[in-house]
Amino acid sequence: MTRGARGGTMTKALFRWFDERLGASHFTRKALDKIFPDHWSFMIGEIAMYCFVILVVTGVYLTFFFIPASEEVVYEGSYEALQGTHMSVAYASSLDISFDVRAGLVMRQMHHWAALIFMAALVVHMCRVFFTAAFRRPREINWVIGVTLFILAMMNGFFGYSLLDDLLSGTGVRVGYSIALSIPVAGEWLAFLFFGGEFPNTEFITRFYILHVLVLPALIAGLLGAHLAILWRQKHTQFKGPGRTEDNIEGSHLWPSYAAKSIGLFFIVTGVLAALGGLVQINPVWLYGPYDPAQASAVTAGSQPDWYVGWLDGALRIFPGWEIRAFGYTVANPFFPGALLPGITFGVLYVWPWLERRFTKDDAPHNLLDRPRDAPVRSGFGAATLSFYTILFVAGGNDVLASVFKVAPESITNLFRILVFVVPVVAFFVTRSACRTLARDKVHPFGGAVGSRVRRTAAGGYEEVDDDDPPKVGAVVSTPEADPYRPPPAPGS
Amino acid sequence: MPAERRIAVLLVLSTLAALGLAAVYVAGGQPQLEGALLGIALTGIGVALILWARGLSTEGAVIAERGPLGGVEEDEEAVEERIEEVTEEPGRRSVLKLFWAAGGALALSAVFPIRSLGPAPERALVTTAWRAGARLVDVDGRPVRTDTLQVGGTTTAFPEHAEHAGDSQIVVIRVEEGAIRPRPGREDWSPRGYIAYSKICPHVGCPVGLYQADSHELLCPCHQSTFDVLDGARPRFGPATRSLPQLPLEIDREGFLVAKGDFDEPVGPGFWNRER
Repeated sequence: MTRGARGGTMTKALFRWFDERLGASHFTRKALDKIFPDHWSFMIGEIAMYCFVILVVTGVYLTFFFIPASEEVVYEGSYEALQGTHMSVAYASSLDISFDVRAGLVMRQMHHWAALIFMAALVVHMCRVFFTAAFRRPREINWVIGVTLFILAMMNGFFGYSLLDDLLSGTGVRVGYSIALSIPVAGEWLAFLFFGGEFPNTEFITRFYILHVLVLPALIAGLLGAHLAILWRQKHTQFKGPGRTEDNIEGSHLWPSYAAKSIGLFFIVTGVLAALGGLVQINPVWLYGPYDPAQASAVTAGSQPDWYVGWLDGALRIFPGWEIRAFGYTVANPFFPGALLPGITFGVLYVWPWLERRFTKDDAPHNLLDRPRDAPVRSGFGAATLSFYTILFVAGGNDVLASVFKVAPESITNLFRILVFVVPVVAFFVTRSACRTLARDKVHPFGGAVGSRVRRTAAGGYEEVDDDDPPKVGAVVSTPEADPYRPPPAPGS
Repeated sequence: MPAERRIAVLLVLSTLAALGLAAVYVAGGQPQLEGALLGIALTGIGVALILWARGLSTEGAVIAERGPLGGVEEDEEAVEERIEEVTEEPGRRSVLKLFWAAGGALALSAVFPIRSLGPAPERALVTTAWRAGARLVDVDGRPVRTDTLQVGGTTTAFPEHAEHAGDSQIVVIRVEEGAIRPRPGREDWSPRGYIAYSKICPHVGCPVGLYQADSHELLCPCHQSTFDVLDGARPRFGPATRSLPQLPLEIDREGFLVAKGDFDEPVGPGFWNRER
């Protein structure tokens, strides 16, 4: 008996031991044969999921060293520039992680990079689901869970960023407090209860900490589990293609090829995050200094939050100096860009599957995906929305742009106030007409003609050429349907 | 290179990187090396796995029926029947209502402890630590005197003995005497060109820290609101909707700058009850 065979026997014995106690073989057998479609765009959600795993692992490591306390200490660690400075215990322990815990800086930076890429992957994954209409019946529940996951992830990113109690994050917390304060009727109470009193105070770090390391991650993990379970139950969507219908699914079996690929992707995502964490500096809090509201004169231009809250910061910057004052009450300015805008944003995202149904009257279950061009209006709306938030995001850097291009910040801000309305309208019409053109001409935007290719036989008839056969230079390409406007291929070509 | 060879090279590379990582850690650690080696070790395994996966299965794409997703009339009816069993008798239905009432009351009473999370706002947002006669001191506790600033100069100040009162920080600016266009009732608030405003931006509370002496403008670094120092810090541009509250100043007999009283309006960002 060879060693390899004995290894196999042990695995078998172990599996049987479990099967006799749990009856696992029936489920396992079905699971191993589960079919996953092979399309790159289905990997984006997996990247997000793997980022979350890395966030948990690196985050647990960081909790061994981070102390969520706002008591003041004098720094005596090994970073010379701040030795002797008064700062909070939280900020001092962040410096210790960065300079005095071996491998601590890599872990901290991996954690931050994982958060940034997690949010990016979530945005791209949502775009994939939106533009291919994967949210339609029967997948509305997973769309709603997905939007909730996005909101929770964004909030948790903000809480985590605020914990370090550096000058920049403290300014961010101050902005968050002011937005809470601006909410009509209940704002004062909301802000005082959530932040533990008038800002600045010493309560928020311990509160944000337990939200950041327990409450929100537990919610995210639970909803992520539900997201996957529902996906498993409903099976994946798939793009249209030869042989694919609403009632079948084409792809590879979970075992072994899909599992190996997916685990490989996990290793690659982690590897990239590790390389970023070691080689690309992110959030160097030691350069910002500690947050002390009484000494916050050090806040200068070029204060930008993490990228995923950039759209909110941009909205705060370009919203004009308006507010509502009536009957002795005030609806303060930050409410509109800071609370109403995200409220509308996430509200529309939540109801989108039902909103679209009102117009399309399409309540049928769908397992075949649209291509973006198949629904020009939806794609146009999606492009307009993306461009709106992109403009807001860029507007969040109006001070940087002003100094780079040597123009007054006022001119830049006024420009963005115009662009934020003009660009989405342009994006809508350009995208809609591009989709219509693509759908009419059946040309793939990134690679020549699509459709099945036919070959003229010696006998004068036509036969379909196998799709896996690479096209030869000069090969005749035609669409599957008869196209009256296209002349037949010239004889002999 | 055949796939097996490529996989082998990647895995050997990954092994070496992992061993190197351990060595770097034992030797004292070095962030860049740690990240690079961990990256190589992980990515090597990842790419090798994907190459390996390509050769694992020769079956290509497989296709299967989805099978139905719910909609079996018999099951649905059976479930509905079982649920309705509970409420069939009128007596049971009223007990069920009481369960709902008890549960609702419990949920309602569980809301009240939220009140413990923070103090009542009361007057906290409309008052600061400034009192009549309070000396202006800088962050190190040194008092601000009539000769502290040159014309065009600026400093951050706090009420004496309250140097950490975040809501009381002010920006003190010295401008040319007579340049200020005081608002009615504020004619004697800025002795010898010394004028003081709350440093908390009325937009979202950033410190209004940048002063441009030639244009007499205060600029908020966060969202670029600008305020005209000579005209009661009226907002000129940006999202701020209100002037910076002005602190009334006077000079005491020893030549120190002191406050004549607290601000006459709330400092910082706006809120629902601000006018009350």
